[in-house]
Amino acid sequence: MEKESVEGRFVNHAEDKNFGDVMVVGGGISGIQASLDLAETGFKVYLVDKSPAIGGKMSQLDKTFPTNDCSMCIESPKFIECDRHPNIEILTYTEVDRVEGEAGDFKVTLIKKPRYVKEDKCTGCTTCVEHCPVNVPDPFNQDLSHNKAIHIYFSQAVPLITYVDPEACLYFKDEKCNICVGVCKNEAIDLNQREEKVEIEVGAIILSPGYEIFDPKVRGDYGYGKFENVVTSLDFERLLCSTGPYEGEILRPSDLKHPHNIAWIQCVGSRQILEGGNSYCSGVCCAYTQKQVILTKDHDAEAKATIFHNDIRSFGKDFERFYQRTENLPGVRFIRSYVSIGKEIPETKNVTIRYATSEDGVKEEEFDLVVLSVGLNPPDKVEELANKYGIELNAHKFCGTNPENPIETTRPGIFVSGAFQGPIDIPESVMTASGADALCSQLLAYRRGKLAKERTYPPEKDVSGERPRVGVFVCHCGANIGRVVDVPSVVEYASTLPNVVHAQESLFACSTDNAQQIADTIKEKGLNRVVVAACTPRTHEPLFRDTLREGGINPYFFEMANIREHCSWVHSREAKDATEKAKGIVRMSIARTGLLEPLQEFELPVDKRGVVVGGGPAGMTSALSLADQGFEVYLVEKEPDLGGMARRLYFTLEGLDVQAYLGDLIRRVYRNSSIHVYTDAAITEASGYVGNFTTKLTTEGMAREIKHGITIIATGAEEYRPTEHLYGEDDRVLTSVELGEQIAKGEERVINASSLVMIQCVGCRNEDRNYCSRVCCSHSVKNALKLKELNPEMNITIIYRDMRTYGFKEDYYREAADKGVKFIRYEPDDKPEVETAEEEGKPILRVTVSDPILGQRLALNADLLTLAAAVIPSPTTNEIARLFKVTLNPDGFFQEAHVKLRPVDFGADGVFLCGTAHYPKHLTETISQAYGAAGRAATILTKDSVVASGAICEVNENDCVSCGACISVCTYGAIEFHDTPKGKKARVNPILCKGDGLCNSRCPTGAISLKHFTDDEVFSQIDAALPALEAEAALIDIQPMNKAKIAA
Amino acid sequence: MCTGRIDLAFILRAFSNGADGVFIGGCWPGECHYITEGNYLALSGMHLCRKLLELVGVNPERLRLDWISASEGNRFAEVLNDFSKKLKELGPLGKGEGVSEKGLKSKLEAVTKLIPYIKLVERERMRVPVKSEGEYNKFFTSDEFDRLFKELIVEKLEISQIMNLLREKPRSTGEISEILGISPSEISRYVNDSARQGLVRFDERQNLIAAAM
Repeated sequence: MEKESVEGRFVNHAEDKNFGDVMVVGGGISGIQASLDLAETGFKVYLVDKSPAIGGKMSQLDKTFPTNDCSMCIESPKFIECDRHPNIEILTYTEVDRVEGEAGDFKVTLIKKPRYVKEDKCTGCTTCVEHCPVNVPDPFNQDLSHNKAIHIYFSQAVPLITYVDPEACLYFKDEKCNICVGVCKNEAIDLNQREEKVEIEVGAIILSPGYEIFDPKVRGDYGYGKFENVVTSLDFERLLCSTGPYEGEILRPSDLKHPHNIAWIQCVGSRQILEGGNSYCSGVCCAYTQKQVILTKDHDAEAKATIFHNDIRSFGKDFERFYQRTENLPGVRFIRSYVSIGKEIPETKNVTIRYATSEDGVKEEEFDLVVLSVGLNPPDKVEELANKYGIELNAHKFCGTNPENPIETTRPGIFVSGAFQGPIDIPESVMTASGADALCSQLLAYRRGKLAKERTYPPEKDVSGERPRVGVFVCHCGANIGRVVDVPSVVEYASTLPNVVHAQESLFACSTDNAQQIADTIKEKGLNRVVVAACTPRTHEPLFRDTLREGGINPYFFEMANIREHCSWVHSREAKDATEKAKGIVRMSIARTGLLEPLQEFELPVDKRGVVVGGGPAGMTSALSLADQGFEVYLVEKEPDLGGMARRLYFTLEGLDVQAYLGDLIRRVYRNSSIHVYTDAAITEASGYVGNFTTKLTTEGMAREIKHGITIIATGAEEYRPTEHLYGEDDRVLTSVELGEQIAKGEERVINASSLVMIQCVGCRNEDRNYCSRVCCSHSVKNALKLKELNPEMNITIIYRDMRTYGFKEDYYREAADKGVKFIRYEPDDKPEVETAEEEGKPILRVTVSDPILGQRLALNADLLTLAAAVIPSPTTNEIARLFKVTLNPDGFFQEAHVKLRPVDFGADGVFLCGTAHYPKHLTETISQAYGAAGRAATILTKDSVVASGAICEVNENDCVSCGACISVCTYGAIEFHDTPKGKKARVNPILCKGDGLCNSRCPTGAISLKHFTDDEVFSQIDAALPALEAEAALIDIQPMNKAKIAA
Repeated sequence: MCTGRIDLAFILRAFSNGADGVFIGGCWPGECHYITEGNYLALSGMHLCRKLLELVGVNPERLRLDWISASEGNRFAEVLNDFSKKLKELGPLGKGEGVSEKGLKSKLEAVTKLIPYIKLVERERMRVPVKSEGEYNKFFTSDEFDRLFKELIVEKLEISQIMNLLREKPRSTGEISEILGISPSEISRYVNDSARQGLVRFDERQNLIAAAM
């Protein structure tokens, strides 16, 4: 425990205040993740955002696909992490003016725009907002609701500081009104503030400016801006959100009534070559629309939803199931048709849409609300941005990148992460952020840790002799809890309960100032237990535990009562009962805190070597990045040669020569003295834990044992060997990869074929493999284009279900169609059939397929048939999962810790994931993810020690009867017998124990117990939930539902 | 903490405190968030506990276990609404079963006292070798399980219940039979066995049985 006081929270090693390691420009989820990773790796970061708060577009979203996690709930803990991290300085409302210098030594001039509020004085109390007489459209809510001319950008904003909109403020018109200045008790408002220039010096820059949404107003697309009830998908996102304009009620703009019949129009602004549109596919709209449909049905089960779409591009992990889930909801129609807006009905303001289907021809239908699924544009003023940084843009005005390293811009020392690379979703934005961290860390390895600071806490107070003094903080969560649960009455109730010495409300208990206030109250009132009644411990417990440390007490004296998920959200229509239930939950938590014990977390030393399993491009890229960051790496490959699946690939759609790239990569790996390559290797045993793994393997017949601190799993994937369509029976039937190989080898029968048919989705998007293999549509287009180049006369037909050439790959799909490649769509219940036949005495393959447009069966004669065979998990996957104790998803690919925000981490600490072992992906995506994994791994390897949880099991040897029941259920192998004078007794290895507590429930004598969840602690909660029968009458009548104790 | 951490004692304590039902929500088999698959332990615990509840006269449907993942909010609500409905049909604990409050509480206490022993029996004799929901359900509804349960647990429990009553005060065979609903001849058999082990003694004069001190 450090001896510094909380006032001197940050120990400042930096000589010069304006000297940093990396500047991250753009505080969306990608910039946030890059900053956190850099800060954790020991670099000082300036996080610069032009908005009044960090958060970016993700903070405006209601939920995230395909898990429907609440967007703000998973992102806002990261705001706070950034805010509290001693190595991150956040500069909001700030623009970059000029960048000079070169990699390792950039001088940046920043302009801090005037907020007209002193940042160090404002407490975020919003008294000024209440008194401000001017209403302005609220940009955070897409101008759908109003805010004041002085306001906080959004409720969970970091920094939680107001700013003045000078366009709207009356003071800036005629200097008449300065009410806000008068009401601010802290004298924080300064209407004479001017813009300020700040100069900083950094070694590297990460650009994460994100994207803008396509604005349909410009061309008046689909009546947007003209008809009130036509909104964009981002407008709709705000309508869905509980912090949105109508507090989560979906109300349409014209009459603020609930729309029951809603239409979505896909590809608005995307996949168009018209003036003002974008030719590329925005990649995210299919999935976000499906999410919006599911959420709409959650809000209103009777609602009807119609989606007018082109191809459905569910190419991401778990997207196919998400699509099916949406499609199977009652009242949901997916209609494949181009549409046009008909008219607005004057009386109802409903809007009609004209569309056409092959069954019914042209129709016109009326809807209550129309949502435009708008695509992603490059950021605003992108040319100016490019000039400022001296970087090149691509044809679509996104960042120009190198296909061999998609995180590098064209200027050394400047990297790109997130959607400025091109239209990508949140997980990719996060993994490229970690990748950008890795590249900065490679560049600046020599100066790592020189500017970093450490957080210190006040000494921990020993409260063992004290009786419990519980403080209760009941959170409104803005309106999330407060509009259903009667928060003041919960506070009042809590203050009557035993041991409670302080109870109060909080608007956002998790906001920086409220958390600080909790820490202060602990000290002022001598609290030794804290209950926060708010949301879920899953996202917020770490923050509040930290708050307790800042208040000077052990973090395990904290207990969270979840009155949002368990009360306000599920019982939103039963406010009274929800309040009673909240009281019950708070009562349970308070009872439990009385028994909590202070626990110590372990500091474990870190072995600064890494193991990378899998020697394909993913594994090699990760290994090289770690080596360049200064760590020793063991690269383990099961085959005799490095290269993996890429050995069978020759060119990419974008024209990368894969073999040349791969050869160079392999050479760099072998030449790097920090990388030890083990080929022909089989891992036989893996044990240990984060910071201290031991892996045993045999390589070229010899046994080896490696000690290492982290593991990256990059075991890749394989191509499915089809059993369909005569594959293996007729040598004219090839897979896509085989076709690519034969083209590269100049195989004459391939290049000179007069007709070629390709069948997509062979072996996936079916019952056996309910996922899309993501890469096959682009692979087929790639092969088709190559063949057209070599033999323009060749007849090529691609038989597909949905062409999933997402992102910029759409251009190649269009090019193929322009060059005469024919595309015929088929339905899964009417698959193409293949037979051998003779045509004019020549043996051919005959493919028959129903043409949905012509409505008849077509017979195609082909010299060659290729099957776009599924990408399937590597056969070693199960074994690797078992050895490293990590999990697989239902499709047999590795399962990351969190689909959105921890895309390269495993649930098991210290183990990371990249490449096609995670899910099928293109080579450039694999490279990005490999840098991401290396970046995440380095956050551990740069540290001297890692901390393990205190909530683990412990044996009271006096009660142990050596029955071994605990050992038999501990798959972690954390419990062993050891000899004592009284015989063999069980003992827990605190590092291996993960705190599941199975041993505790199996021990017949109660000798082993799970700390923080002991029998007595759980009993205290049960007793508080259900006071003994005689006492019950005296207590509030709890509803039967609440009585059912919810476990786990 | 995992569903497998749920101790039989937790469930019994809730019923002792008058809960009308206990619900356990766990991760789906095969989707363990640890690597320990403790949800199977929860499953066997649930089966065993239902049997114990039945034995003491509590409708076993008052205990329910369902697999619900963190992303299945709708399913959670459906399951809980359905369970609440079921509990309303069953009525308040004890009343629905037609069992007296006091009798029920005493029986639950007797079972609670036996938990250490039940844990040993469960581990030695009732572990299902194959981790599949089907195999678990098959075993816990088999005659084999019924036989083991009767042999290993029921008898112990009845003795434990008799001892509980005798520790309060000496009682006659008839009185015990009436309170516990066990036949007088069974009681005589248990009492004779216990007397041989020196656990009870006979008060010949008053024709009462008393717990040995």
